[in-house]
Amino acid sequence: MTARPEVSGHGPDAGPLMAVIEVEGLGKSFEKGIFALKGVSFSLSRGQILGILGPNGAGKTTLIHLLLGLIIPTEGEIRVFGERLSPKTRGRILGRMNFASNYVSLPLALTLWENLMVYAHMYEVPSPRPKCAEVLRMFELYHLKDKHTKSLSSGQMMRLCLAKALINDPEILLLDEPTAGLDPEIARKTRHLLVELSRQRGLSVVYTSHNLWEMQEVSDRVLFLMAGEALLEGPWREVLGKYEAGSLEELFFKIIEGKRTPGPSRQGSKR
Amino acid sequence: MSARRLWALCLRQLYLYRRSMPRLLEIFYWPTMDLLLWGFVTLYLQRNATGGIPVFVSYFIGALILWDVLFRAEQGISVSFLEDMWARNLINIFVSPVTVPEYLLALMIISALKVAAAFSVTSSLGWIFYSFDIFKLGVSLLPLALNLVAMGWAIGIFTTALILRYGLEAEILAWALAFLFLPFSAVFYPVEVLPHALRAVAMLIPASHAFEGMRAVIKNPGVFPAGQLAMASGLNLAYLLVSAWFFMRVYKKALIRGIIPKIGE
Repeated sequence: MTARPEVSGHGPDAGPLMAVIEVEGLGKSFEKGIFALKGVSFSLSRGQILGILGPNGAGKTTLIHLLLGLIIPTEGEIRVFGERLSPKTRGRILGRMNFASNYVSLPLALTLWENLMVYAHMYEVPSPRPKCAEVLRMFELYHLKDKHTKSLSSGQMMRLCLAKALINDPEILLLDEPTAGLDPEIARKTRHLLVELSRQRGLSVVYTSHNLWEMQEVSDRVLFLMAGEALLEGPWREVLGKYEAGSLEELFFKIIEGKRTPGPSRQGSKR
Repeated sequence: MSARRLWALCLRQLYLYRRSMPRLLEIFYWPTMDLLLWGFVTLYLQRNATGGIPVFVSYFIGALILWDVLFRAEQGISVSFLEDMWARNLINIFVSPVTVPEYLLALMIISALKVAAAFSVTSSLGWIFYSFDIFKLGVSLLPLALNLVAMGWAIGIFTTALILRYGLEAEILAWALAFLFLPFSAVFYPVEVLPHALRAVAMLIPASHAFEGMRAVIKNPGVFPAGQLAMASGLNLAYLLVSAWFFMRVYKKALIRGIIPKIGE
């Protein structure tokens, strides 16, 4: 395992602290007084990869959905590309982002090629056909392009979703458990691809995963959520040093078992 | 409003229907069965009527064809939305730059294509089996049909909002809600047949004016039902505005309540 060197922003012309996402005091309550997410703050620079970790129900997916504008926050603010994310600015911002999730599918009755062509037009990609071919090749799916999406295995479906997520050359990529269901070889290639894209094109990535080794390999920074609150945030080496942990996995168990950190003063539980 | 995004949303549906026989049958099967069944029933009744009801078949066949225009327009909206919901694809659309007005407009375009396809079949069958030429409605046909399409869209958008709010358990509304209007829309009988209290209800339904207009033209060819069309158009405008407002309100609530990521589950 080769851990990613700790740097701030890998984009070709990226200023080291050029924030593409700034989150300040973000909170979401689905029921009065019960917060699924509370007081979360962080920023992400161009070309950085932020790994969000935490146990089930910690608020990781809710955070991703808030960043996509699929959920309106109860409190706090999200700024993307320096612009406040709101229903009015959302469309403009979303054109420069993309998303893939292990829990979201693409229409099964369409072929892989058709699905990607639809999204290439949706994101107004200048040359849809070459772009569709490029992303299919990137995930080793080109030979399946005329197959129905329903014939794909779950791992191939995830790769197609990732291909769709890169169709518009996004500047920010939000991924919810992107390597779940992928075989180790494809998962490794996907991780390498993400790192390469962040280094070469300045792609910023926010992603959730339960695979902490993977997160350590790929991420520049980590955000540890528990019961809706951000317990830790920062470059993972720094975080490990602070908590005298040898790995993110060790850190995870230390926090979960409450050995190093007192329990969060959460106001409620996730709905 | 982006033409390419509209094209993308339509393309998704066109790809879907291009090779799906069950979906194509869904557009053509029921209107064909309705037309055959009720058309022959009407012929039978006409032959056995002692007093004679000369334009009865024309009324009935015309009503069947035009009611199908309304119903297909409604289905074109709500079933297309359900297709994205069943495919767990709605999130991908709602996290793209597609705006809600673009999405609704694309559903309307898809709906219009489905109506045109179904209408071509039902109008041909009406001519083949019953010698009924729907185009004898002349210049009135287009505004009558457009009013029925508009009412179908309004019901479809309203239904879609309810499905967005209540999820898959509300999907039955996509097939049911239009029929709520059927008894009061004067489709197969004139408004005067209804009890007094229900006539007032019928007057508030755009389709009742459109179907009264259709009967007026069949009875007196060459007549242009301007009054009925004006009433239908005014009511349709109100229906469309209310349904669009309702959809936007439900959508905004869905963003607050976090419904969209869970829709389809």
